[in-house]
Amino acid sequence: MSAISTPPLAVVEENLPNARRSRRTTRIRGVRAGFWVYIGLGVVVVSAIFPYYWSFLIGSGDASTINDPDMSWLPGGNFIDNALKVINDPAVNFWLALWNSIFSSTVIAASVVLFSTLAGWAFAKLRFPGGKWLLAFVVATMAVPMQLGVVPLYLLFSDLGWTGQIGAIIIPALTSAFGVFWMTQYLSQTVPDELIEAARVDGANMIRTFWTVGVPAARPAAAMLFLFTFVGAWNQFFWPFIVLDRQSPTLPVALSLLQSNYFVDYSVVLAGVLLATIPLLIVFAFTGRQLVSGIMAGAVKG
Amino acid sequence: MTTTATRTTASGPADRPDPQRQPRVLSFSHKLSRWDLKVSPYLYISPFFILFAIVGLFPIVYTAVISFQEWDLVRGSGTFVGLDQYIWILSQADFWTALRNTFSIFLLSSVPQLILALFIAAMLDKNIRSKTFWRMSVLLPYVMAPVAVALIFSNMFGDNHGLVNNILAGIGLEPIMWHKDPFWSHVAIATMVNFRWTGYNALILLAAMQAVPREYYEAATVDGAGAFRQFWNITLPSLKPTLIFVIITSTIGGLQIFDEPRMFDTFGRGGAANQWLTITLYLYNIGWGEFNFGRAAALAWILFIIILAIGLINLAITRALVRDEGGRGVIRRRRRRKGAQQ
Repeated sequence: MSAISTPPLAVVEENLPNARRSRRTTRIRGVRAGFWVYIGLGVVVVSAIFPYYWSFLIGSGDASTINDPDMSWLPGGNFIDNALKVINDPAVNFWLALWNSIFSSTVIAASVVLFSTLAGWAFAKLRFPGGKWLLAFVVATMAVPMQLGVVPLYLLFSDLGWTGQIGAIIIPALTSAFGVFWMTQYLSQTVPDELIEAARVDGANMIRTFWTVGVPAARPAAAMLFLFTFVGAWNQFFWPFIVLDRQSPTLPVALSLLQSNYFVDYSVVLAGVLLATIPLLIVFAFTGRQLVSGIMAGAVKG
Repeated sequence: MTTTATRTTASGPADRPDPQRQPRVLSFSHKLSRWDLKVSPYLYISPFFILFAIVGLFPIVYTAVISFQEWDLVRGSGTFVGLDQYIWILSQADFWTALRNTFSIFLLSSVPQLILALFIAAMLDKNIRSKTFWRMSVLLPYVMAPVAVALIFSNMFGDNHGLVNNILAGIGLEPIMWHKDPFWSHVAIATMVNFRWTGYNALILLAAMQAVPREYYEAATVDGAGAFRQFWNITLPSLKPTLIFVIITSTIGGLQIFDEPRMFDTFGRGGAANQWLTITLYLYNIGWGEFNFGRAAALAWILFIIILAIGLINLAITRALVRDEGGRGVIRRRRRRKGAQQ
């Protein structure tokens, strides 16, 4: 797409009513980006990767590495040792923390997707009295900070004897106002009303219409919502830190325990950090593309 | 198109809950379907509202109740003390320190972050090779847990032999006491926040940039405007609604900051002299350090009111800006101006 292939202005004007097409046909800044753009982006990428590398660098050294002013910029050979220290530390419960993180994040993400798709379908495509107000209410709840509910939630779960249980971090996160809003936006823009009418005329009841029209249409947005909720739930700290304990932490909580256990030996702590980050890095490697397009789609619609 | 392709797969589970669809009396099925039509929407939205009532609404109301009480942990109940807890909080020097720290960290993180994100978005908006690669790389920090980010950066910002101080010493500067000086501790914590969120915000801004019709730039080029002028006069005004959205979300997030200050040292109490004590960290210390739930509840409500106030101020600004020159307004005006010129 060089400047030469740019359509003449007249063509651009003709395409104006159709914003989407005109955007595509008029990528007129077609001149390839200059050298400095790549330099600039390169700096950004290096600073994005550097902390990962730094934790590997320290995590593969020993306790003295961090205090050595002439430390090498090449990793040492102790990463496996340090990682094993983290994994075998009985106070940290690494495998249980990993399992708790995988389990709770998966359940939360699946449940948020299911309930958000259902509610989003109702808000976007079904007419019912009070719908607009209820949707406004859902959006308003997004402004409520988690901190406002922690004291009673904690009391509630300790009354139930659930403190320290993984259920205590799953239950409050089973639905999300953002998810409902996201699905409503997406479904109202992608599903034409005629499709629903056609399904109704064919004799499909409500739930069947939802299954055969709504769910397939929602699939791309559902995948993105799943990803975002998963990452968000995985990285959650404040509430799990309050309600979970040493016996059954999630990975971020386990990391916080690691720091208080090994506050001198940063090589073990940072090996643990990397170890706890690897699962999400793997997820990101496979789904980063969707995550990126999800952010960009959400921004345009939100 | 999509429906025909997926109907075969989706109809499997959908067929099962439908045994009553065999021969039936018409009027009954008609009644059933009208009932279905009326009730289904509420059925679909009910999971959200039921769960919100239990884990959202009830705790909020109950927090208000507890905030007017002296809570007794052993008995599991409280005695009414009126506004005493609120007065106690507001009379604590720690609270005002925490408020100052929270705003300081928030400003130090959101302002540079936004400027940086704008620049990164502008670079990504250029015609570059392997767009997806760059976008993914920029988003890489976003997947790291804030706790992990905090651990790595508090290591790099070590007072004695941290990486940053080693570099400063290397270029002949005095080392900075990242954990002693309030301002520098805020800088260090804000850096953690910036690391994680700049790329994310850059992508949001990039999306908005790509929605700006390209003919504006073409017209500007014809008129002889340079790259900077185009950015200033076309890109930035068109981004205003998105910019304000980003500002609001980062305000709400920034005022609740907890993970990074909590993990900044091994004690997690906000520093020896509360240098980086934030409101949420203070709330945690009162609630789960001293187990004074009445005071913690009062502080939670104070925090909520602060967030609400800032949110409303932001909303007012948003409205004013959007009406004046943001978003569609500017596009329409430009289009009109362009039409007049031709």
